[in-house]
Amino acid sequence: MENLTIKEKRPKKYIRPMPIFWWVHRWVHIKFIARELTSVFVAAYAVIFLLYVRSIGRGPDAFADFSERLRVPALIVFHAVALLVLLFHSITWFNLAPQAMVIKIGDRKVPGVVIALLNYAGWVVISAVLAWIMLHKQ
Amino acid sequence: MQTHISLDVFRYRPEQESEPVFQRYEVPLRKDWVILDALNYIKDQVDGTLSFRWSCRMGVCGSCGMMVNGTPVLTCASFLEKFAPGPIRVEPLENFPVVRDLVIEMSDFMDKLKKVKPWIIRREEEEKSPATEYLQTPSQLADYKQYSMCINCMLCYAACPVYGLEPGFTGPAAIALAQRYNLDNRDQGQQERMELLSADDGIWQCTFVGECSAVCPKGVDPAGAIQRYKVGGAGDWWKSVLLPFGKGS
Repeated sequence: MENLTIKEKRPKKYIRPMPIFWWVHRWVHIKFIARELTSVFVAAYAVIFLLYVRSIGRGPDAFADFSERLRVPALIVFHAVALLVLLFHSITWFNLAPQAMVIKIGDRKVPGVVIALLNYAGWVVISAVLAWIMLHKQ
Repeated sequence: MQTHISLDVFRYRPEQESEPVFQRYEVPLRKDWVILDALNYIKDQVDGTLSFRWSCRMGVCGSCGMMVNGTPVLTCASFLEKFAPGPIRVEPLENFPVVRDLVIEMSDFMDKLKKVKPWIIRREEEEKSPATEYLQTPSQLADYKQYSMCINCMLCYAACPVYGLEPGFTGPAAIALAQRYNLDNRDQGQQERMELLSADDGIWQCTFVGECSAVCPKGVDPAGAIQRYKVGGAGDWWKSVLLPFGKGS
């Protein structure tokens, strides 16, 4: 007679495989993956931006040369797409902020809408300051 | 008017088949019936071999969670009418091994739950005698009450693709429950839990898909709990870097 423990006698459990395209069936998952992919554009833009900053350090000629190179159509298209993608990334980020941030003033919880609005306000103010610096430099 | 509705039910009988199959059942479409009523009708009247878990029928016990048309729900709280004209696809909760038909193996979740120490921890020297009360104001209660509503139904695990891809992930409900105790003013175990939850399989695995909170039948918002944990964890890390001599509490 076989000498099996109770555990070994138990019937086999079925483990459902998770296909690589698990995310294509539901809109929320597609949106999630799209949001994850925006990080590629964030990273690519950051690299270009850092190279641009480096060119400033290398003197006016290098800066002018780099600025000229950024004017090629492919890079203009990239920047336009990156802007849209980053807007999507930022807006979804700010909308999620109230879930991650719970602020209490005294015994009262600050409503989520207020936290989201404060984030948006900060975004607008910082963008406005940067725009002002950029426009007044020239 | 439609009088019946079809249910395509996931069947897995390990002694009989190595791959699951779907079996179609016709059930009366009654206005006051939920999916669980339909399953009980099948079990009583049509096919007694169908296996599934259930208990309270009122959204409290957390045992009748299943995938209905691909979404994890409590079958006692999902009316048949909502899915008319059908057919309705009923499957066991995703991301868990299937024992039989609609019954899943939940020991992984039970182990994880225990690991986060979901009980009040006091520093030994500050332990009060059992006769003494730890006082709490309504505002302090409100800080964690939402997270204490969890009924361990595991819908959040079924909705979480991270748990599906990385079965080691501690997961939404266990982390939300850890947070329930962290935010309790009577508890002093935050540091202990943080060590566990800031490890590889803890909070940083979460990519904030957010579906755990969307499917939660009790409004616990585990996704929010995990993000709050991340904010706290990052804060602690900065404190430890910036304040080498004073440990942040």
